[in-house]
Amino acid sequence: MSLTLAQQKKRKITYSYLALVPFLIFFLFPLYWMLITSFKTDNEISSLRGVPLIIQSMPTLAHYKFILKETRFLIWFKNSFMISAVVTVLTMVVSVLGAYAISRLRFFGSRYFGVGIFCTYLVPPALLFIPFYKVVGLLGLLNTKWCLLFLYPTLTVPFCTWILIGYFAAIPRALDEAAFVDGATYIQMLTKVFLPVAAPGLIAATLFAFTVSWAQFLYPLAYIYRDDEKVLTNGIYTTLIKGDVYFWGELMGGALLASIPVVILFAFLMDYYVAGLTRGSIK
Amino acid sequence: MVTIRSMVNGRPAVSAKPRLSLLSRLRSRRWAAYWMILPLVVLIVGLVVYPFVYSVYLSFENKAETKFVGLQNYTKLLYYDTFWLVTGNSFRFTLTAVFFKATLGLILALILNNLPIGGQRLWRGVSLIPWVMPLALSSMGWWWIFEPTHSAINWILVQLGGSPKPWLSDPFWARVACIVTNIWYGTPFFMIMYLAGLKSIPESLYEAAQIDGARALQRFRYVTFPMLSKLIGITVMFSTIVTFANFDIVRILTRGGPRYTTHLFGTYAFNIGIEAGHLPRGSAVALFMVPVLGVAAFFILRNIARGEE
Repeated sequence: MSLTLAQQKKRKITYSYLALVPFLIFFLFPLYWMLITSFKTDNEISSLRGVPLIIQSMPTLAHYKFILKETRFLIWFKNSFMISAVVTVLTMVVSVLGAYAISRLRFFGSRYFGVGIFCTYLVPPALLFIPFYKVVGLLGLLNTKWCLLFLYPTLTVPFCTWILIGYFAAIPRALDEAAFVDGATYIQMLTKVFLPVAAPGLIAATLFAFTVSWAQFLYPLAYIYRDDEKVLTNGIYTTLIKGDVYFWGELMGGALLASIPVVILFAFLMDYYVAGLTRGSIK
Repeated sequence: MVTIRSMVNGRPAVSAKPRLSLLSRLRSRRWAAYWMILPLVVLIVGLVVYPFVYSVYLSFENKAETKFVGLQNYTKLLYYDTFWLVTGNSFRFTLTAVFFKATLGLILALILNNLPIGGQRLWRGVSLIPWVMPLALSSMGWWWIFEPTHSAINWILVQLGGSPKPWLSDPFWARVACIVTNIWYGTPFFMIMYLAGLKSIPESLYEAAQIDGARALQRFRYVTFPMLSKLIGITVMFSTIVTFANFDIVRILTRGGPRYTTHLFGTYAFNIGIEAGHLPRGSAVALFMVPVLGVAAFFILRNIARGEE
């Protein structure tokens, strides 16, 4: 008790930072290791001399050149981007309309609908990819990227709808009653009142839809084998792993390049996302 | 779209008969709701419920999908040693990974909660990177880390005076590798949930505890933990579902090997259904996940429903 309150507080912060260090090493080491591997020469990667935790010889851009020139990385990137963008738009239209109807317009069964939506969110891709194999085949979409356009919304729509229901339900009823008395239609109420007020929720849902689409691996791996139709995840996995041992530089470079768009999105919009994710269960 | 537009244009004249039009507009609410929810229903019935039912139907067929064989795919699986190996793996993987994620996530959240606002925001963001990065891509990084001769882990082990481990080629160490990767990926999710929960605990509770002379450990035991327990329950159950159904990590690190010792239900179903071309039996494997997913989902829903009362 000889320490003053301010000293105690300062000591607590110092200890907390110290305790944080092992976590940060654990979290960031793989990224650091991937990054330095992608700049090492093949000779250095395969060498057993010295300290592998730093780049010892001259760093090289050869792996990145290889990825961009000798593989279809840019085509996969374009495919990933296009599919993720279209899926995000589709998801938002379906989710916004659905969440609005469930949270505001009472109708038969609307109380159970929210729960039902949540249940579908808990159905994982690992359960549905086999029947989808048949469905995708029947539609003639096997081996094309287009099949992803209707597969990904099964992953994004339930959660986005669930997030948005929470945001819409929190809007005071006085607002829509006022709009209603003013003669607004339901669509006007949605676009003029709900969407602006729930903008943080919309951002969170958009970000979720985009990143989930970007990161999906199982569906493209199961249904798309043609190089030009692949997206980043399965493209890198199936193509950059070459026959010889020293493909690590290319593989690490490719994985890092493919992660950059998502990490940048999060750097700017993380607060919205965290709020959207946690508000449902904290009350 | 046509109907939605006509709904907008066809609004009753408010000025002429305000009372009646208000009533009729209230009545039209139900129709507006049906139209708006239609795409959602079509999507969920067509792309979740239907495939699920179809996968049950498929699992009753023979390999060529020409004959109905009843429960044969399921009973055959029960006689395979491999199937029980996969079942054991899935539970071991899930229980171990979720336990460590929940514990480390809580410790990390408590640490971050002590930091001043600026530092907290920054380090929370940095800690989220493993969870933000697409899992398939970061798993490739871990795959390389576990490479036994040229890579990091064994080098560090040797420097620390240990012996190199046959990561990914020995059943025990391969399982450890998969679990470590999953802990790396999932701990930030627990941290973010717990941190939000910690913020929602009223400061007055801690002040009261302090006045009563409670030490730090007691404050955690009697204030923090009880206030968080419901959230911990939801988060654990939620993570159980996601971890149990994990595919990316095992697929990339080991492809289920060595000799099936790291397969989970998801990767094993992929192996049988897609790679070996036995879709019905693959379906049966995947459907064995349903009881576990169902129980976890039930607990989540019960907790969330309680929270709304």
